[in-house]
Amino acid sequence: MFTIFGIPSAALFGQLLLGLINGSFYAMLSLGLAVIFGLLNIINFAHGAQYMMGAFVAWMLLNYAGIGYWWALLLAPILVGLFGILLDRNFIKPMNDNNTKRSFVMVITSVLAMVVITYLGVNPSLGFAISVGIGVVAATLWDRFGPTFVALGDQHVDHLYGLLLTFGMALIIQGVFRNQYGVSGLPYGIPPQLSGGQNLGFMFLPNYRGWVVAASMFVCLVTWFVIEKTKLGAYLRAATENPTLVQAFGVNVPLLITLTYGFGVGLAALAGVLAAPIYSVNPNMGADLIIVVFAVVVIGGMGSILGSVITGFALGLVEGLTKVFYPEASATVIFVVMVLVLLVKPAGLFGRAQ
Amino acid sequence: MASAALATAPAAATARGAAPLLAVRNLEAWYGESHVLHGMSFDVAPGEVVTLLGRNGAGKTTTLRSLIGIIGKRRGSVTFEGRETITMPSRSIARLGLGYVPEERGIFASLSVFENLTLPPQIKPGGFTIEQIYELFPNLKERAGSQGTKLSGGEQQMLAIGRILRTGAKLLLLDEPTEGLAPVIVQQIGRTIQRLKQDGFTIVLVEQNFRFAQTVADRHYVVEQGRVIDMIPNPELEANIEKLHGYLGV
Repeated sequence: MFTIFGIPSAALFGQLLLGLINGSFYAMLSLGLAVIFGLLNIINFAHGAQYMMGAFVAWMLLNYAGIGYWWALLLAPILVGLFGILLDRNFIKPMNDNNTKRSFVMVITSVLAMVVITYLGVNPSLGFAISVGIGVVAATLWDRFGPTFVALGDQHVDHLYGLLLTFGMALIIQGVFRNQYGVSGLPYGIPPQLSGGQNLGFMFLPNYRGWVVAASMFVCLVTWFVIEKTKLGAYLRAATENPTLVQAFGVNVPLLITLTYGFGVGLAALAGVLAAPIYSVNPNMGADLIIVVFAVVVIGGMGSILGSVITGFALGLVEGLTKVFYPEASATVIFVVMVLVLLVKPAGLFGRAQ
Repeated sequence: MASAALATAPAAATARGAAPLLAVRNLEAWYGESHVLHGMSFDVAPGEVVTLLGRNGAGKTTTLRSLIGIIGKRRGSVTFEGRETITMPSRSIARLGLGYVPEERGIFASLSVFENLTLPPQIKPGGFTIEQIYELFPNLKERAGSQGTKLSGGEQQMLAIGRILRTGAKLLLLDEPTEGLAPVIVQQIGRTIQRLKQDGFTIVLVEQNFRFAQTVADRHYVVEQGRVIDMIPNPELEANIEKLHGYLGV
């Protein structure tokens, strides 16, 4: 055992590893936020709730269906991503298109269904899910057979509306899970293949934590590659700049936008599944994390893909180091960095000035 | 009424047996609350180069935006190859075979020149290959790896035209392709339009500069206050030059 600046190496590297783990989650979540913000121009405040949903879906798959960690890693992002697509189709897209009648149909039908279901005495959370389902069906039918509406797709509404909308969604989602599962947290075990750890000589590395860091880096790298180097990514980047013109070339931009939202939400859910064995599965797990993640996004630069990934990992490490050298500041250091960055570079470290 | 008499004029002009590729009837369009087009009517025959001439604010750009469907509210009738497009979203209109070059060129800053060139999806068979586009605009080949908006104005215009040639679109909508460009580049654009006409493309060209339009077009529609007020075949342009000066206020 040796010491660095008077700190035992095991403590230092242990905290650095913790920082790297936190950084992995910051990176994945801020990446999803950046992708969504770039194309939908929406500050997705429901991101934390969707991350929490990912963890809960993994827990439900295991406890209700006997489906284990590895399948959950694939299924939870798909299921939560589909939930995100419903959210986009029924609320975010109508809001951006200035065509909110569909949302009204959805909300009013859901509330009426909820009243009836409550009267029948069904479990409130199950009743909520059923009434939302009925609302979605009603809104889809209304959209299909109601008056036609041609949206332009380039008239962005103020960010504040999207923020308030998704913030409200986050509160509702968290409320439903809190109502059903309480706040004490549910256990989710580490998959047997990844239990145990490696003694690296200067520190002990639990296998699962190493896996989380590697998986997160891989996911971030693949996402970056797809967006920056492929044809699909070229469509995404072009539609971020000028959706109307991309549409005028014959590309189905509304579909592209919806799928991108689904992908960003799926990314949050994937982070949630990875987090389930480390942190307890808890309805508030996303609410606690999302504030820090927003600080990371602001530091990296709103909408910058690479910026959000690098900043995510870097700030995790900064936080870890602060825990070693000045633990009292570890909860605030990211916000101090945010203030400093905003003073010097208001567009963020990797952001393009408007 | 004058507009009723004018509505029949285009039909007479293209009465050479060929059905019009594009037929516009009483097209009205709005930007939010402001009513910009007040009943545009004109025809474009297959293989023709037709210009829309007019002063600033006459509604020429709005007409092109309405044809491709990127305007808030449209009314009237626009048929392409006999199909009504007025209720279609722009992506479906484009897929019928229309290629649009916007006035501001619409080059994407976050895409390389090559990515810009290959961005519009192929909608019909028979478009240009990348090599043919490079042959037409050699500058684009040299700068394929550069950021799209790092190109000069002329090169950006070539890129904006080049990228829709790949798609197989048969009707090209060009919005002021010569605006703000050096004379030598304007000549190159002119030669390109003539070459495209020989290749069988149909082109609707918005222009302020009728001296340039004269070198490439078959017919000229004069647009004023959101209506077509006159049609001048290119061979008769010189004879009508005084009248045209009056329309354009030059």
